[in-house]
Amino acid sequence: MSENAIAPREVVIVGGGPAAHRLADALHSRDDERAVHVTVVSEEPHLPYDRVALSKRLDGTTDLTLEPTSVWDDDHVSLLLGERAESIDLEAGTVTTASGRAIGWDDLVFATGSSAPVPEIPGSELAKVYRTIDDVDWLVAEVDRLAVALGRPARVLVAGGGLLGLEAAGGLARRGADAAVVHSGSWLMSAQLDEGAGRALGRIISSQGIALHLGTRPRAIESDESGAVTRVVFSSGQSADVDIMIFAIGISPRDELAAAVGLELGPRGGVAIGTDCRSSHPRVWAIGEVASFDGRCTGLVAPANAMAEVVADRLLGGAAEFTTVDDATKLKLSGVDVASFGDALARTEHALEIVYADPARGLYQKLVMTDDAKTLLGGIFVGDASPYASLRPLLGSELSNEPAAYLSAAGMEPPAGDELPAEALVCACNNVAAGTVRDWVNGVHGDACTDLGELKACSRAGTQCGSCVPLVKKILESELSKSGIAVSRALCEHFALSRQELFESVRVTGLTSFDEIIGRFGTGRGCDVCKPVVGSILASQNDGYILDGGRGTLQDTNDRAMANMQKDGTYSVVPRIPGGEITPEKLGVIAAVATEYGLYTKITGGQRIDMFGARLDQLPEIWRRLVDAGFESGQAYGKALRNVKSCVGSTWCRYGVQDAVGMAVELELRYRGLRAPHKFKFGVSGCARECAEARGKDVGIIATEKGWNMYVGGNGGFQPAHAQLLVSDLDDETLIKYIDRYMMYYIRTADRLQRTARWMEEIEGGLEHVYDVVVNDSLGLADELEAAMAKHIDGYEDEWAATLADPERLRRFRSFVNAPNTPDPSVARVMERGQARPARADEVASERVVLSGPRIPIRGE
Amino acid sequence: MNAPTALAEHEAIVTDVGAPGASTTGPSSTDSMTSVWEPACAVADLEPSWGEAALLRARQIALFLVSGEEIYAVSHQDPHTDAPVMARGIVGSRGERPTVASPLHKEVYDLATGECFTNPALVLQTFRTRVVGGMIEVELPL
Ligand SMILES: Cc1cc2nc3c(=O)[nH]c(=O)nc-3n(C[C@H](O)[C@H](O)[C@H](O)COP(=O)(O)OP(=O)(O)OC[C@H]3O[C@@H](n4cnc5c(N)ncnc54)[C@H](O)[C@@H]3O)c2cc1C
Ligand code: SF4
Repeated sequence: MSENAIAPREVVIVGGGPAAHRLADALHSRDDERAVHVTVVSEEPHLPYDRVALSKRLDGTTDLTLEPTSVWDDDHVSLLLGERAESIDLEAGTVTTASGRAIGWDDLVFATGSSAPVPEIPGSELAKVYRTIDDVDWLVAEVDRLAVALGRPARVLVAGGGLLGLEAAGGLARRGADAAVVHSGSWLMSAQLDEGAGRALGRIISSQGIALHLGTRPRAIESDESGAVTRVVFSSGQSADVDIMIFAIGISPRDELAAAVGLELGPRGGVAIGTDCRSSHPRVWAIGEVASFDGRCTGLVAPANAMAEVVADRLLGGAAEFTTVDDATKLKLSGVDVASFGDALARTEHALEIVYADPARGLYQKLVMTDDAKTLLGGIFVGDASPYASLRPLLGSELSNEPAAYLSAAGMEPPAGDELPAEALVCACNNVAAGTVRDWVNGVHGDACTDLGELKACSRAGTQCGSCVPLVKKILESELSKSGIAVSRALCEHFALSRQELFESVRVTGLTSFDEIIGRFGTGRGCDVCKPVVGSILASQNDGYILDGGRGTLQDTNDRAMANMQKDGTYSVVPRIPGGEITPEKLGVIAAVATEYGLYTKITGGQRIDMFGARLDQLPEIWRRLVDAGFESGQAYGKALRNVKSCVGSTWCRYGVQDAVGMAVELELRYRGLRAPHKFKFGVSGCARECAEARGKDVGIIATEKGWNMYVGGNGGFQPAHAQLLVSDLDDETLIKYIDRYMMYYIRTADRLQRTARWMEEIEGGLEHVYDVVVNDSLGLADELEAAMAKHIDGYEDEWAATLADPERLRRFRSFVNAPNTPDPSVARVMERGQARPARADEVASERVVLSGPRIPIRGE
Repeated sequence: MNAPTALAEHEAIVTDVGAPGASTTGPSSTDSMTSVWEPACAVADLEPSWGEAALLRARQIALFLVSGEEIYAVSHQDPHTDAPVMARGIVGSRGERPTVASPLHKEVYDLATGECFTNPALVLQTFRTRVVGGMIEVELPL
């Protein structure tokens, strides 16, 4: 820095949660003049992470780090992790940390958040809370440990039937614990829901096997001599056997440092702030849960982000104001759809409540309107919260329809994205309005974002709690279609239908030829987009040899030759090796075939062996040898099951708890040949160490002491995704049943070339919806999906054995129609590391080619 | 090969052309002095929309029977990668025009003119065809 540059203003942020991250990021991206230097003092050892998503951590070691992390690399930002601020000197302008470090500041920002309170009752020192990564990691380890030690599920009691308590109880129940909730209100979520809704929710929660103790609270926690919790006594006098007691009864702002230096506090605690987010000291600010605005602290991330933006603006000389708290909430719990927003409890004078309740279906939907039934004041949804995302932004505006029309339970489509006024808030967490989302789509801020992932990353909408993603997607689609970048879901110029619609049309009509299908549902002659889709749909529905009956002409490059075309037009051959298990004799056959045909061999990422460099006309001879030795097609060429990767499991491994190889072989033999919108892979690990990397697969299965955990939607490749836990501790039979349903549901509803990870991102309701369909059979499809899978399994035949058995089929593999026995003369090879590989253009030119077509040994007919 | 010089300076002499697609929008013209009609295979040897390669005078030619007697011949060599694979591409249409997609990188070509729809810099060589006594013949420049 040059001599006369002004030293940057020192801003110290105490606390390293979402509010601190947002403030640091906003300063980092807006402080073009480099006028501010930021120090974040955070007591937790982790990079600032997304607490909202904490429950995901119950499914495994999900990385919750808040994006972007690039802010922490900026040399104008210092991040001190694992350092607790212990005292403050307002006069001197310093903060002192537990390690004795003193940091000077020009501005101090409190972003210390809250802690989870535990009431003073006998035994309360044994109680746990649900607030940090460390809390969750401990709970996961303890629930797993107790299950093993006690030989039965751990009994977990959660005090608090609000959002956090239900999330904790639901998440731990899915993890295999025996969970119960004790709640002082007469119904669940009594702060956000009215009685009807709360009772509907109670029924849903009970049906998930979570016991409810309502209208009472813990009075004492009892333990045995070792200090382990044994029982909890309630104020009602009743009691329950408990191994782990968790309190999730609210938040208490961490205002201790502020209180110690005499800053003004709110009536119920928290650092009192005004609309400028300033405390009673002009150089001290407070944001997030620790800030008390209008007399209260709010335990939601949306106001925390908004306050951070205000302080960023003010520190850079602006005059932004924080005005209202949006306390709309949506419960993030699989299989439980609950949301409320605005004046949900109808406290406005003369408010009208329009209610639709169907206790039999577990549905409760309510809109709160002004007395003229025109303006939307709030709403509650239980059982089906699909209208929430579109209605919440309309809060305070006049609805264009009669209110009942917006209740999806009454069977109407909620209003589409284009009716939203530009200022309507779409993403409350990140304060993104409909107009802003549209601007990003239309390229006002640079390149137009035309896909959902891009749009989320650029606009930030939908990146935190995720409840607005369906709405963001709708806005994206309606904007794109307006601007003519038709994202029509049409497959191509020949079919106006989406893949899913075409799949259903073909299924219902039972048509089996492309000509009939295009005649009925499309136009023209088809193309390289729609033909393979139709080929795949027919293969998924009917089985039968894929190249017969004119269907050969529909197949994509690799399916057409039932081998994988390489860059020089030759093919690679991959026999199936189920679960990666192979006898030495069979290895010997592969070695002999590869040697005889001069094939380059390589081990694939999926525990198989790939042989490269076979000419089209050699494929039948090569397969004759392989089929005779007991191999079958590995379908490495198909949009189908590739392989089931497994670790060696309990058979050999001293850690294994289940037979991973046995399961992998069974699954591979069950789903082989199943064609889908895209290729798919499975993985099976014999214990939680996960050596098979199953969570990188479309379906990942990880052994537990009690059975199998089923993960779905994983993906390697260029957009990697970790599979998410769908259900835990399944026995073999249920596991297979759920995989049948999951895969068939995917095959029916995914888009063309959409892997399961992207499908789960795009499908409305995401993981929760898929869980509902697969586990709760919410669409009543389970039998049909299982039957479709059974039909596939019965109809399976090895495609290569079927080819070899029929001379008509073999004709397709001739090199030249007029010279079927003449090999392609243009194949050129070079030796490298002991094997033949395709010659590069420069090598062909310099005649370094050691093998070329006619000299490759040709076996006589 | 020295044919190209002769090719450029002659107008089309359309004679006895079997394929309707080829008869109207045929490839660059040749006359009978600089080209030869080479028999390839019987119409019955081809399955509709399933391309096959033929070895004609040491050239690899991709043949497509689109429907009835609508037959196209193009170079088997993929213009983008030079790999001999075009016969294995998917046949279809763009608007009214018959197409084939390269099986490697999916560029789409007009079967009749060789024009590439997805990358204007590429051209697929095309050849005229006719059917004589049930046999497909391809016109090759000498
Ligand atoms: C399980 C769970 C689920 C949730 N779900 C939702 C949801 O769906 N929607 C929603 O809007 N909100 C949700 N929330 C609330 C949301 O996470 C919080 O509102 C948000 O984290 C508040 O951010 P913050 O930065 O103000 O505070 P915090 O996230 O609490 O971060 C404060 C940080 O400061 C640290 N700290 C405190 N004192 C000191 C000190 N003296 N020195 C150094 N460091 C200190 C703390 O250790 C902590 O890391 C959920 C919370 C939990 C626990
Ligand atoms: S996942 Fe478990 S069982 Fe499988 S190899 Fe690794 S440690 Fe052994």
